[in-house]
Amino acid sequence: MTLRNELQRLPHFFEYYRALGVSHFLVIDNHSDDGTADFLADQPDTSVWWTPSSYRAARFGVDWMTWLQMRYCSGLWSLMLDADELLVYAHHETRSLAELTQWLEAQGRSVFGTMMLDLYPRQPLGHQEYNIGEDPLHCVQWFDSGPYRAQRQLPVHNLWVQGGVRERVFFQNAPQRSPTLNKIPLIKWHHSFAYLNSCHSALPPRLNREFDGPGSDMPSGVLLHTKFLPDIVEKAREDRSRQQHFAEPNAMLGYYDAILDHPCMWTPESVKYEGWQQLEALGLMSSGGWK
Amino acid sequence: MTVGIVMLVHTALDRAEQAARFWAMGGCPVVIHVDVNVPKKKYVAFAKALSDVPTIKFSKRFRCEWGTWSIVAASQAASELMLNEFADVRHVYLASGSCLPLRPVEELVDYLAARPRTDFIESATTADVPWTVGGLDHERFTLRFPFSWKRQRILFDKYVELQRRLGLKRKIPAGLVPHMGSQWWCLTRQTLSAILQGPDRKEYDAYFKQVWIPDESYYQTLARQYAIEIESRSLTLSKFDFQGKPHIFYDDHLQLLRRSDCFVARKIWPHANRLYDAFLTDPAGAMKRTEPNPGKIDRIFAKAVERRTRGRPGLYMQSRFPNEDWENGVTAAPYSVFQGFTEIFENFEPWLAKATGARVHGHLFHPDRAEFAEGQATLNGALSNSAKTRDYNPNSFLANLIWNTRGERQCFQFGPGDNQDINWRVAKDPNAQISVISGAWSVPLFRSNMNFMDIRKEAARLQKIESDHLNVLRSPYAKARIRVWTMAEFVEAPMEPLQGILDEIGLTHTRRLSEVPKLANLTGFGQFLQNLKNQGMHPYLMGDFPVALGPKPAPDPARKPYLVR
Repeated sequence: MTLRNELQRLPHFFEYYRALGVSHFLVIDNHSDDGTADFLADQPDTSVWWTPSSYRAARFGVDWMTWLQMRYCSGLWSLMLDADELLVYAHHETRSLAELTQWLEAQGRSVFGTMMLDLYPRQPLGHQEYNIGEDPLHCVQWFDSGPYRAQRQLPVHNLWVQGGVRERVFFQNAPQRSPTLNKIPLIKWHHSFAYLNSCHSALPPRLNREFDGPGSDMPSGVLLHTKFLPDIVEKAREDRSRQQHFAEPNAMLGYYDAILDHPCMWTPESVKYEGWQQLEALGLMSSGGWK
Repeated sequence: MTVGIVMLVHTALDRAEQAARFWAMGGCPVVIHVDVNVPKKKYVAFAKALSDVPTIKFSKRFRCEWGTWSIVAASQAASELMLNEFADVRHVYLASGSCLPLRPVEELVDYLAARPRTDFIESATTADVPWTVGGLDHERFTLRFPFSWKRQRILFDKYVELQRRLGLKRKIPAGLVPHMGSQWWCLTRQTLSAILQGPDRKEYDAYFKQVWIPDESYYQTLARQYAIEIESRSLTLSKFDFQGKPHIFYDDHLQLLRRSDCFVARKIWPHANRLYDAFLTDPAGAMKRTEPNPGKIDRIFAKAVERRTRGRPGLYMQSRFPNEDWENGVTAAPYSVFQGFTEIFENFEPWLAKATGARVHGHLFHPDRAEFAEGQATLNGALSNSAKTRDYNPNSFLANLIWNTRGERQCFQFGPGDNQDINWRVAKDPNAQISVISGAWSVPLFRSNMNFMDIRKEAARLQKIESDHLNVLRSPYAKARIRVWTMAEFVEAPMEPLQGILDEIGLTHTRRLSEVPKLANLTGFGQFLQNLKNQGMHPYLMGDFPVALGPKPAPDPARKPYLVR
């Protein structure tokens, strides 16, 4: 993963993924100055690269990470994440990633797709306490159970899933700009593979096509997105000035401004997160027959 | 008398060792076959580790490959050793290294002692079972399979194809009726020794060497020759997924396995410490004499297979995005679309909600906003009423709405003034019940205070749109439940159509309508249509309205429009 100033989230992040059985972490530190570098250096199972270069110029870190995956992940199952993403799949409390990936392989699959699910607090943004190391789900527990829209995109046949709370709150009048929510973070890597656009789509196109009809429920998971922890407001202020995100940074100014206003994202239709069984029942992920 | 365990092992030797010790401690002798693919060093260490137990023996090793004779040869050699070495064995149980005993050994011993002549082997004729994955069922007994399915797939397929084309067929040995079933059996000494020492064994073995997946048919067929009493089921609980691969049991299946009361389960995840700890510790508590009861597990796993292969109707998500017309269910649940009813009746929406208990929305595809019931801004699943997000992907809007309100019937109004992009999707959806009173859009125009030239223009526009929509509804591709009446037809006798619609929705009990919605006052409507005609715009979707008279204001109360059988 690539990160910048994520000291807040890292202790819990490492604890969470070690419990799922991740054997090694490969991290690119993009010029953090909040103590992240020291934290990473102390981790026994972590390799760290450091760069002050532009995140945007490296296609949002994808170029950096693709090189690492090519060099170190060939033949292994590789999971590409952001520091604010927690992977949830069927039975994740009791079964490790080793169990999941071995089962996927027995099914002849080499890809595991997910949808990003934005979690948000009950209160207006930025009005809570989050202590380092704490489970972020104590702070952000709510999500939108819909609506999520999917369409297939040419030329690489990736699915494009949009919708959810960020669209409801920030992009109501510009649905075409609503954030892309599908990701394929877990792939049995081959050195000829590449991510195209963050990990929303990959090459060769057959990786994207692994989720194809006719009407079956393929196995899939959810990335719980803990972006809206209290530090989001501070981060929005910084990102607004750095303009390192997204294809057209100016188009995002309205979004940053909206966050600086401490909006309340919660509505009576919001749903409280209870676990993967709930997400499966709502149709946001699927065990794909893994019982 | 006791039970002998024949164990075929090729991986996770530590777990196999644990299981073998458990059986031996319970008084069951064990013969282990270790695949030649296991390196010699590992094999020697494994055998040495178990050398302290005198009732554990190792049989001659074969190189086993899935789907081939070698697995049968391995079990034959191990079974022979078992029968020769352990004279007090009455039943022989074939297990694998990833099998886990779920009940104390004595319970299995007692269970089999009470059934001394019964062979437990799943055995069915090919015609009667749909188990086979990949199409080779009876042909596995009549074709030859010299090529490996795993390593030489192309040759395998080509050779099958060639034999089919040339019509080549092998002869099944006289007297044999091919049977198939789970390869995990438990046979009596009598039956097993009859198979292994029978006078025709050479001929049978030669035949089965060329059969595809003989470990699922060799014993299953021959047991039928010799057995006194066959219970056609396996004592080993094993489940298969949609590709015919075994489901694996993990730590979190502990309770499920315990409640199954089965004797043995496979396959077990080698790192499932909790399962091994729970089932291989000393038996505590009273002995159970219950029959194995895999019913619950069977149902749960059957559901999982269905979830995988059929998916959930009407759900569109990152891992379920069926191609158009290949959906198993365009939407998740039945719903109703009404066109022209709010125009004809004054209080249609509240009446419908009361009569059916369904959620009744206004025009969901209205150009300004989605008119959710009770004027809500968001619906279940945080679905917004914004027209912009809806029109960005109307198909998905509808699918989301029906998915998120599962359990509650949805009804909505539609008309030629709405976004028409949804028409094909709804018409092709078997869940949709579409009721159209054609031409009813003219009633609001009739009552409006617009200039007549504007009315004429608008009427022409709406008529064109509705006519296009009706063409969609009448197309051979339409799969929805569709009813269309002209307005004249409908106001003539509104009760019968209404009753029919309500019966189909089916939320009320079959009884006659007690309350009817109020028909709008249409006095002068016939003249209004005539005026349009006089202006050169021909309104035809309403049917024939007499010029002078309006329709009857209310249906004749004496008439019984609907007979209850």
